Amino acid sequence: MWKNTQQNYGLIAILLHWLVALVVFGLFGLGLYMTDLSYYDAWYQKAPFIHKSIGMLLLFVIVFRLVWRFINVRPEPEASLSRIEKVASEWAHRLLYLLLIATMIAGYLISTADGRGIDVFGWFEIPALLPPVKGMEDIAGEIHEVLAWTLVGLAVLHALAAIKHHVIDKDKTLMRMFSPK
Amino acid sequence: MKKSIVGAVLGVMLTGAASVHAADFVMDTKNAHSFIQFKMSHLGFSWVLGRFNKFDGEFSYDEANPAAAKVSVNIDPSSVDTNHAERDKHVRSEDFLYVDKFPDAKFVSKKVVPEGDGKAKIIGDLTLRGVTKEVVLDAKHIAGGNDPWGGYREGFEGTTTFKLKDFGIPKSLGPAAEEIQLYMTVEGIRK
Repeated sequence: MWKNTQQNYGLIAILLHWLVALVVFGLFGLGLYMTDLSYYDAWYQKAPFIHKSIGMLLLFVIVFRLVWRFINVRPEPEASLSRIEKVASEWAHRLLYLLLIATMIAGYLISTADGRGIDVFGWFEIPALLPPVKGMEDIAGEIHEVLAWTLVGLAVLHALAAIKHHVIDKDKTLMRMFSPK
Repeated sequence: MKKSIVGAVLGVMLTGAASVHAADFVMDTKNAHSFIQFKMSHLGFSWVLGRFNKFDGEFSYDEANPAAAKVSVNIDPSSVDTNHAERDKHVRSEDFLYVDKFPDAKFVSKKVVPEGDGKAKIIGDLTLRGVTKEVVLDAKHIAGGNDPWGGYREGFEGTTTFKLKDFGIPKSLGPAAEEIQLYMTVEGIRK
């Protein structure tokens, strides 16, 4: 039920998957929205605060998810998958994790470029780990944006592939992510 | 041989004599005895202070004939510093200074109108965000003289105020923050 098996994902892995999916698309939308607000908009301060707070919490979730991934059995891909599909999906998953972490680190570096920490919902503060670096906010900002678009692009591709397995191949690839066993 | 020595001595004397009159100065930015700062209202409640960390400039000045003075400053707008990286990033963006497209800013004097007591109006062209407009700098000669390290310096300060809109800055920060005040104080070392 909780843990993965050779054939199926456990509840923890499934919940983590959908939580991260929801948060990533939410943060992407919020990020696009907040960088376009006018100065007098009521959300001008609040939206970035929420974006940064959730982003930092997501980092902890991803670290836990990776740990969970490594200490658990990894369900085998469905037997109907071709060799290329197996290799491609494995690398897509790895790249998704890499993009997630890189995007969050880049975002962290924007806000901490001058030595300020990141306040997470007023609960605690994540300190700036690097000393202030001139112009880091600009470089980190551009990287964060490119990575976020790449991540969302790849996630969409990942979703389309899952739908293709469900609709065209009629295998269990997609349904495995809904029903823990 | 003798002639050339005499010539050299004369030359030195003449240069020395000339220095009492118009001389050219380089702004001391290397050791940061020149500053370009700005001040803007935040919502009408308080002031945001900032400065440009990178610039260089020159001026010529003759205390006896201030009307002949000239000044020019080149500012790197990407060096804006308001003590907050995220705000500076925003100021450098297209919303404000758009430094990627307009990497140069400058002020070049056109005319100096002395007002006595070391004060003068310096009328010149300010280029910011690709727009060049005339502004008037209220300037004041503070003092000048030999420094302790063998150089000769003259110091000034000046202020000017302009609207962000005048330089095509598209972002509105509200009715209380349409204008920006620029303050500069420079110390020039005689060339």
